[in-house]
Amino acid sequence: MTTQRQLVVVGNGMVGQRLVEAVRQRDPERRWRITVLGEEPRPAYDRVALTSYLTGTTEAELGLVPDGCYDGDSELVLGEAVTRIDRDARVVETSAGRVVPYDALVLATGSRPFVPPVPGADLDGCFVYRTIDDLDAIRDRAGHVASGVVIGGGLLGLEAANALLSLGLSASVVEFAPRLMPAQVDQGGGEVLRRKVEELGLAARLDTATERIAAVDGGLRMSFADGSSLDTGLVVFSAGIRPRDELARAAGLAVGERGGIVVDEACRTSDPSIWAIGECALAGGRVYGLVAPGYEMAEVVADRLLGGDAAFLEADMSTKLKLLGVDVASFGDAHAATADALEVVYADPVGGVYKKLVVTDDASRLLGGVLVGDASAYAALRTMVGQPLTDTPEKLLLAGPSTSDLGDDAQVCSCQNVSAGAIRSAIHDEGCADVASIKACTRAGTVCGSCVPLLKTLLTQSGVEANPALCEHFDVGRAELFDIVRVTGLRTFSEIIARHGRGRGCDICKPAIASILASLGSGHILDGEQAALQDTNDAFLANIQRNGTYSVVPRVPGGELTPEGLIAIGEVARDFGLYSKITGGQRIDLLGARVEQLPAIWKRLVDAGFESGHAYGKALRTVKSCVGSTWCRYGVQDSTSLAIMLELRYRGLRAPHKIKAGVSGCARECAEARSKDVGVIASENGWNLYVGGNGGFRPRHAELFASDLSDAELVRLVDRFLMFYVRTADRLQRTAAWIEALTEEHGDGLAYLHRVLVEDELGVCADLEAAMDRHAGSYTDEWAAVLDDEEKLSRFVSFVNAPEAPDPSIRFVTERGQIRPADGAPVVAGPTLEVVRR
Amino acid sequence: MTVLDVRAWTVVCRFDRLLPERGVAALVGGEQVAIFRTHDGALFALANRDPFSDAYVLSRGIVGSRGAVPTVASPMHKQVFSLVTGECLDEPGVAVPVYEVRVRDGDVEVAVP
Ligand SMILES: Cc1cc2nc3c(=O)[nH]c(=O)nc-3n(C[C@H](O)[C@H](O)[C@H](O)COP(=O)(O)OP(=O)(O)OC[C@H]3O[C@@H](n4cnc5c(N)ncnc54)[C@H](O)[C@@H]3O)c2cc1C
Repeated sequence: MTTQRQLVVVGNGMVGQRLVEAVRQRDPERRWRITVLGEEPRPAYDRVALTSYLTGTTEAELGLVPDGCYDGDSELVLGEAVTRIDRDARVVETSAGRVVPYDALVLATGSRPFVPPVPGADLDGCFVYRTIDDLDAIRDRAGHVASGVVIGGGLLGLEAANALLSLGLSASVVEFAPRLMPAQVDQGGGEVLRRKVEELGLAARLDTATERIAAVDGGLRMSFADGSSLDTGLVVFSAGIRPRDELARAAGLAVGERGGIVVDEACRTSDPSIWAIGECALAGGRVYGLVAPGYEMAEVVADRLLGGDAAFLEADMSTKLKLLGVDVASFGDAHAATADALEVVYADPVGGVYKKLVVTDDASRLLGGVLVGDASAYAALRTMVGQPLTDTPEKLLLAGPSTSDLGDDAQVCSCQNVSAGAIRSAIHDEGCADVASIKACTRAGTVCGSCVPLLKTLLTQSGVEANPALCEHFDVGRAELFDIVRVTGLRTFSEIIARHGRGRGCDICKPAIASILASLGSGHILDGEQAALQDTNDAFLANIQRNGTYSVVPRVPGGELTPEGLIAIGEVARDFGLYSKITGGQRIDLLGARVEQLPAIWKRLVDAGFESGHAYGKALRTVKSCVGSTWCRYGVQDSTSLAIMLELRYRGLRAPHKIKAGVSGCARECAEARSKDVGVIASENGWNLYVGGNGGFRPRHAELFASDLSDAELVRLVDRFLMFYVRTADRLQRTAAWIEALTEEHGDGLAYLHRVLVEDELGVCADLEAAMDRHAGSYTDEWAAVLDDEEKLSRFVSFVNAPEAPDPSIRFVTERGQIRPADGAPVVAGPTLEVVRR
Repeated sequence: MTVLDVRAWTVVCRFDRLLPERGVAALVGGEQVAIFRTHDGALFALANRDPFSDAYVLSRGIVGSRGAVPTVASPMHKQVFSLVTGECLDEPGVAVPVYEVRVRDGDVEVAVP
């Protein structure tokens, strides 16, 4: 047996620990004996998630050292700092006087927070934000004071400020630069970020230099360069980090001018038996303040120690994070540093969205970009950096890129450095059929997860059946479940889940099954066990609003309303103090109703001849229309009558998602029918039917499905289309997405629908029509039924022990003569902050 | 030695008033409590306030299970909470208070400290 060699690691932080695991994985014969010397009193923990320690995550939960990681061939010494390296004797000395010899030495000492030389920075009440001990000290102090200030408005500063908010302090951020997150975003993005952050309750002072901190009665006084001052209970410095290179410096190893231990591609220092990795290393002239490049360095050194030749070249510094609920991403050359680079900017300060792409001067290649407020296109855009543009920059900005032309060498996962080609080969050669197996096989998507949507797209494009499982309770998708329920005749959730699923269901499968049961005609949606399946909207037959009140929308078929009807709605709104607004679907929306008011409101509406508008349901919502040939001098058909007929036929139809329809009386299209799932436009000879349109997040025009139809032909075709959609679409899939999915499965989705629904290739048309006839024939108004049922009515109470008492948390203020929810405490997306996992 | 039960129990409703796998809200000593009955007849009580939206709506969420844990999903943005511990299972570090709840002589009683 060969003798073991001795590896010494200085620092048991995130990267040092990763090195130990990487060596162990590659060294089953135990050629290396490992000693780790760590200065902190505890084993390595997840510093990236440090902030969650303040909101309840325990030290043990943050721990990164797996059980059994240190055994006979390796040891971990904690609470002992290395104080000296003796390169001649090849030993290190520790603060406890221990002398440890090494054959290879790895420095993984990380960095320390930079505290600017401000007088008073060392006073009691001034902190840094790096270790569990720091957070313990901050938490102690926060118990006695009311406010805190963070110096530094970068990524970490904002995270620390949010932590102060979560400790119940009022918090502000003082930043020297003219914008927040100066390293990641540009001025425009910083402005959107500042507005958003201030909305969330954090004060930001930009362009501000702190000159002095002094102790005053019960706290600290900060004085600024502009002569102003601010009193506060505690100060946290978050003004950048400095590599901990002092050991290396004292041992005569090369260090950078601005700090950092100089290493080569192998992560080797100027002494061939000493390596440096993580935040203490200066690699390629650069110190990386993120964990992913550190992990990569650890892998490189582990490989080298075992005879490999891996190299650390350059790491992607793209970042995407959710800061106080605001998406922020930057990638590539975000600051347009490349010569002659062009910037294409889209800014919507009111909506809180800012997007910028940096492209080459001829707009042929993407160089980088900044996204604030909406970072949905981040994963796909990032992979395109350096690649030829697939579309005009404006289109890429607004719609995001399409992924079909992703080259094999495009980097999909930058945390684990996995290319599109590697993922395609995992799918084709390794048989990975879902995201989980791609993760296991390539490690893509395992660190920050921002590329998971791309993994899904690559799976779909590869024609691999995506796992259809609805949720953890059912292994089948909605369409299959629909068939199971239809064919087996099972009509209760308990039976269905007992026979075909497991557990007790969730907010995904329960509403899906409720919808399936409703589509199959199983009585009132609040009958028996069905009551427990409904989402809150269906459970209270109204739409929940952000303050827990509900909106009420009576059906107004085709948008046609008598003066008496209009007056009745107005009186209800007035008598119950509801906010009234006209909707895009030609209805009147009444908002601000409390649960216990809903029955009385609906009693009045039903008495006035109204019925439920199903605005709360995944169901037919509206059939919008213009006045058509009855009044309009251009109209060629009676669009209003047709719209009313369609709305009355399909009202109450429960579907995988909401369904909207529109009927226009001529080609001028005033009813905007082509933005609907079902759009009907009059022609000289009848009706043209369009399908698969929607507005919303990704607007789509409906496409022509059949022309010059009579009323009867039209209704039959819409019957078939809607019922086929109800039976076969996925949960929460609008018709447009359903048709896209059909395209993936059958080639041209619209042509496929034509074969099935017009040519009756599958022989299902008669059945679809019969099902729709049953639906139309058995329709009853859901609200009228509730009003006739004492038991159901008894659920519409605010409190079971005080049925009439209004929820005291619901408060309104008046705006333009009507109520609106009073703004309460700032809403933070979550007390913990997801940060810069790249 | 006698151990005194110092918790104050408040009767909120009859057990039969609770639908299986749905919640109700109750006002107990100024606190809003969400009380849930699971399919096996067990009772759970959490604070009614959804910490993500700040609205008092958890009682109106869908009751289900994740693994072996009985859960409720906020009706606002669907974060799932354990009925047993009040912890949010989707967002580590977030939790809502849990209260003791019991049935005595057919009455549902809640203890709010
Ligand atoms: C609050 C916070 C949030 C963050 N969020 C993110 C994020 O979202 N994404 C991201 O990529 N990065 C994030 N980071 C940065 C990330 O934590 C670091 O990049 C990572 O921890 C670097 O690992 P390291 O091992 O190099 O350094 P460290 O984790 O700092 O470990 C170095 C260890 O070495 C010890 N040490 C130093 N000198 C000696 C000595 N002489 N003898 C013995 N031991 C010594 C130190 O005490 C320390 O325990 C965050 C950092 C903080 C503080």
